Amino acid sequence: MKWHRIYALLLRYLYLYPRSVPRILDIFFWPVTDLLVWGFLTIYLQNIQPDAPYFGRMLLGSLILWNFTNRSQQGISIAFLEEIWEKNLINIFITPISLKEFLAATILVGLARIAVLGTFLGTAAFLMFHFNLLSFGWYLVPFILNLFVFGWVLGLFATSIIMRFGQSAQVLAFTLTVILMPFAAVFYPVSVLPPVVKHISLALPISHIFEGMRSVVLQQSLSPDTIVIASVLNIIWLIVALSLFFFMFEYMREKGQLSKLVD
Amino acid sequence: MEKILSVKNLSKTFNGARAVHDVSFSITKGEIVGLLGPNGAGKTTTIQMILGLIKPTRGTITVFGKNLETHRMEILSEVNFSSAYISLPGNLKVWENLYTFARLYGVKNYKKRVEELARFFEITPLLSKLYVRLSSGQATRVNLAKALLNSPKLLFLDEPTSSLDPDIADRVRKLLKKIQKEQALTILYTTHNMIEVEELCDRAIFIHQGKIVTEGTPKQLIKRFGLKDLNEVFIKIARKS
Repeated sequence: MKWHRIYALLLRYLYLYPRSVPRILDIFFWPVTDLLVWGFLTIYLQNIQPDAPYFGRMLLGSLILWNFTNRSQQGISIAFLEEIWEKNLINIFITPISLKEFLAATILVGLARIAVLGTFLGTAAFLMFHFNLLSFGWYLVPFILNLFVFGWVLGLFATSIIMRFGQSAQVLAFTLTVILMPFAAVFYPVSVLPPVVKHISLALPISHIFEGMRSVVLQQSLSPDTIVIASVLNIIWLIVALSLFFFMFEYMREKGQLSKLVD
Repeated sequence: MEKILSVKNLSKTFNGARAVHDVSFSITKGEIVGLLGPNGAGKTTTIQMILGLIKPTRGTITVFGKNLETHRMEILSEVNFSSAYISLPGNLKVWENLYTFARLYGVKNYKKRVEELARFFEITPLLSKLYVRLSSGQATRVNLAKALLNSPKLLFLDEPTSSLDPDIADRVRKLLKKIQKEQALTILYTTHNMIEVEELCDRAIFIHQGKIVTEGTPKQLIKRFGLKDLNEVFIKIARKS
């Protein structure tokens, strides 16, 4: 891997973001809209249920952490779509860039996006609803890492499907996390899910992270097993997603899909 | 003469349909070769296989004496491509696009290189404009500047003048001729404009239904078919079932 090529793609996004209203809205506006809706809901819940103050912390914590997965997934899928929309995919892949370098650049863009988003959303939640994301302490590190990595996994899946089915599948870049949300136990515990759905939920690393977050809020403790299970699941999912991504890229070369994607 | 590109028995089949069938040709250093044929003849598929974007079903591609399948990255760093059908990111300024690609190709002194090419293609006043705001002629010159950023030894041009008016197309051809002379650049060129081929190309390869049907210098081809010009040769080949 050559850093100058990864840096070149990073520069491309650095040039692009400041003047792109949809991307600015994506990082700042939509997450804050979510925060306002859920923040006011928590105020209402606290008013009608004053003996359960943890509700607010759980809901806002879930919302902010969910955004890490959501934005991480979109970081990868939309970076790929961006090149399709701009008819630039061929220009990129006739340079000596490798697929690994392309992925590394999109992952770094995703990291930068969630660093900005996390700081902004965390500050906004603190100022508007007195919710301190840092109150999760050091648990926050494995939480964010696992959520971020699963975001890559979903991003790789969505991109692989776009490579296979073309632009007609691009809706997945925006909806894959939404489709998965009911199974991911973001705002409620896995125990409330029907048995079949429960199995699906437990196969997702992020369900364990959200369970862990609720455990920190309710019991001020977290079993290390939760993080271990989530991390192992993430590694398995990541291997599957990377294999699918590389396979689909070769499939695209085999079928001559690369130029058809931009038509 | 040094062989820059050698294609042997190249074939590509998509879902049972033959797009390219047993195509073999080579290009020597400094040649401009026209790859010609009607729409769907297999020109783009052939070029995309040489660029590594499509995997051949059969055959070998050797560029600069190296096998494409095993030396893809090495080869791509000394090759470039420009097409009327692909563009650069519209929401980036021209200089941002050129800097990005110069860095992707690892061009040393890339700012100087961009300045040189901007002067050559007379796009210096356009550098601070968004690519999306350029006219077709301006965008074509920017695309050509991008295609020369890495000082390629082999350049692929896919109908570079197709969206240009005759005046701008003529200017672009002159620029291409000039740069080809200065740098002994090897070019594989596709176009439907046969006047352009007669003016620019040392040799033309006609491809029809995925197969090479004839090749030679424009003059040889006109003589061989006993026709008035290359345009008539094209029509004759295209109408052959």
